[in-house]
Amino acid sequence: MSTKTAAKIKCYHCGTSCNQYNIVIDEKYFCCEGCKTVYEILNQNNLCSYYDLNTHPGLKFNKNIWNNRFEYLDIPEIKNKIIQFSNGIQTHVHLEIPQMHCSSCLWLLENLHKLSPGIVYSRVNFTDKNILIVFNEKESSLRKAVELLTNIGYEPQLEIEHPKAENNILINKKRLLKIGIAGFCFGNIMMLSLPDYLSGGKFIEPELRWFFTTISLLLSLPVLFYCATEFFVNAWKSIKAKFINIDLPIALAILLTFLRSIYEIQAGLGNGYLDSMSGIVFFMLVGRFVQDRSYQSLSYNRNYKSFFPIAVNVLDGNHFKPRPIEKIQVNDTMLIHNQEIIPADGIVVNGIPALDYSFVSGESEIVYGKPGDPIYAGAKQTGSNIEIKVTKPVSQSYLTSLWNKDIFKKEKNFQKTDIDHLGQYFSIFVLILAFSAATYWYVQHRNDLMWNSLTTFLIVACPCALLLASNFTNSQVLKTLAQNKLYFRHASVLEKLSKINHIVFDKTGTLTKNDDQIISYAGTPLNLDLKIRICALAKQSTHPLSQAVVKFLQTNDSNAVENFKQTEGKGIEGWIDDHYLKMGSAAFVNADNLAEEGGSSIHIREDGHYIGCFKVIQQYRRGLDTLTTALNTRFELSVISGDNDKESGFLSQIFNKENTLLFNYNPEDKLNYIKDLQNKNQSNVLMIGDGLNDAGALKQSNVGIAVTENKNNFTPACDGILDGNSFDKIPSVLAFIRNSRLTILIIFTYSLIYNIIGGYFALRGVLSPVIAAILMPCSSLSIILLSYCLTELSAIRNRLSRTDENH
Amino acid sequence: MNVIILLLIVSICIAGAFLIAFIWSSEDGQFDDVYSPPQRILFDDHIESKHKTNE
Repeated sequence: MSTKTAAKIKCYHCGTSCNQYNIVIDEKYFCCEGCKTVYEILNQNNLCSYYDLNTHPGLKFNKNIWNNRFEYLDIPEIKNKIIQFSNGIQTHVHLEIPQMHCSSCLWLLENLHKLSPGIVYSRVNFTDKNILIVFNEKESSLRKAVELLTNIGYEPQLEIEHPKAENNILINKKRLLKIGIAGFCFGNIMMLSLPDYLSGGKFIEPELRWFFTTISLLLSLPVLFYCATEFFVNAWKSIKAKFINIDLPIALAILLTFLRSIYEIQAGLGNGYLDSMSGIVFFMLVGRFVQDRSYQSLSYNRNYKSFFPIAVNVLDGNHFKPRPIEKIQVNDTMLIHNQEIIPADGIVVNGIPALDYSFVSGESEIVYGKPGDPIYAGAKQTGSNIEIKVTKPVSQSYLTSLWNKDIFKKEKNFQKTDIDHLGQYFSIFVLILAFSAATYWYVQHRNDLMWNSLTTFLIVACPCALLLASNFTNSQVLKTLAQNKLYFRHASVLEKLSKINHIVFDKTGTLTKNDDQIISYAGTPLNLDLKIRICALAKQSTHPLSQAVVKFLQTNDSNAVENFKQTEGKGIEGWIDDHYLKMGSAAFVNADNLAEEGGSSIHIREDGHYIGCFKVIQQYRRGLDTLTTALNTRFELSVISGDNDKESGFLSQIFNKENTLLFNYNPEDKLNYIKDLQNKNQSNVLMIGDGLNDAGALKQSNVGIAVTENKNNFTPACDGILDGNSFDKIPSVLAFIRNSRLTILIIFTYSLIYNIIGGYFALRGVLSPVIAAILMPCSSLSIILLSYCLTELSAIRNRLSRTDENH
Repeated sequence: MNVIILLLIVSICIAGAFLIAFIWSSEDGQFDDVYSPPQRILFDDHIESKHKTNE
């Protein structure tokens, strides 16, 4: 059954390359049973336009779920917390579906009523990845709706509280409103000021001028008191925190400009600078809006809460029944499935715990135990089912604090970027210069020049140029990268990436493709029962090789595995249907025939008899050799792998001699290796791993990028997610990011020259306020234009501009 | 010169009407999701019927 076909066939549903060609209906090929099932559901309901709107719109289907998983949604108190409205006949519920990504998704999700008669109406909000479902209580239920969504590959993210999503909408709405109002006022004030500018402020009749300035003043009030509030709030916060941020000089400039304008208008000296004031506010708001927008579409929106268990199965009489976690009491016995989070401290009663504490401690190493061992809340079970007796009631706040510690640490405490520092120094510099010039003129008893120099200098040298330059360039860069399927957590990552000088690759799942292996089997022919048993055992492990075996065998039954044990880097063993199965490396299984060179082999022994071995030959990602040649000129490269060194021959051909190839590294070794590079060689390390078993290394590195075939995989340890298909674009992406730093620098220099020239005249007090007011928006506009053009140019040069495959 | 004042008031009123329209549409949620509505308008029934005849 080895698959060596020249032309790769892609799954009709999800677009993954198929490994076997036996899953076919209507001449359509599928990569797995899950994808085929989704197709069948859609086909039966005449919903195949799903596939007409986009090619391969589906998501790789993960069927690794147990029955009755959503049983808890039938519990009224849980249900009532999730739904928004119900009158007993009809129920409205908003569900978050982060997986939706294209018009096909939109179409299918809005046609749910065709799949299930109980659903009356469904409406998608694509930007928030949200769906409103209205269903009839008689024919359907929340559980049925959620199960339906899960069955077609759109498992909603269930959260008991959802203030976050609504908050986001509100903040956005408010900012949009502010931009609209500021734009309106700015435009009209500008129009009113034009006659004054064109005539040089001399030929306008006094009553007309009075009328113009009054209207300008009225228009500027909403800008000052409504649109600009956030600058004042931030500036006030910065004063309280005794830290000068970029908002402080902006707020000062806005305030001073306004006061000075009132003074001038009132004294009949001129029109004031109300147009520049509203211009500053307008452009700054637009800059911030653009920056915020570019983060929203990212999958990082998933927060820790989505991992919280809502309910857990608790022994009630003789059966396990779901119960909300708040209701769990001491001495209850909980049943925890594979991949479930343990909500309360307890003692293992039954089953073998294989716990992933990575969310609690950051360590990705799986901790094994035995019945009688204590278990702490927050861990994730990774093996077979276990039963736990609760010793401490659930404390939601404790869980939250546990998780916050780890996941949000990285999100909140961003190191200050160079731009922040630069902005801070620039702000201080501007303030000092402005006030010393004012003092100078004051000492010279030139009060008119004092005020003139102070205000014009603050208007001209307002650091908004700095902010605009980085905001616009970063958001432009993030957008281009997202089109190339590289998603970053935050714009500050871009700056760190531009300083990278050492790249470390993980081998399995990163250089090789998990779903692109050539698998063969040699040994005693496998009958169906044995296949099922091997599959059941292999399913317990998340190791890529085990998963390859599962995929190869393709059985749908899942039998219980007892006494499951995993020896990291060696193999797995356990009891299935009264047979003791052991599979793993030759040494682990005591295999007689050692495998030949090339590829990894998985040997199997059942009840002491040697059965045979699977051989998995990893397919390397395409373009690997061009990738290494491109990267070699600029970076030091290393490969670290948890596997044996059987493929070192091939890898050393691709990587050159100076590169380091390391084998047999466990997750902790990987982490230490990166630590060493950082401490001893003073390197800035970019780690590219698969995000599952490299969590520690990804976190330790300066920038960690997880390569994944499914971008909705949430990996808390990494800074970015790269779609596997874009792997060969890494060199151009890195070059593009370096160029973007250059772009920001060019714009800085540009605005600096502008500021120096303007500032020179302003400090001498000879710059006509009118000219300062015209120059300000011109500089903002030219910065935006420059940032856009330079980024586009660099994207085209690095061949990263718009691709048509992005659906 | 009264003409200019009149023109000015009219022009600001017109601009103000647009601003009100913008505020109204923003409050109405028209900017909450700018992806689905343009896609939704393209979905119609005849794609579906085309498929039916194929089978």
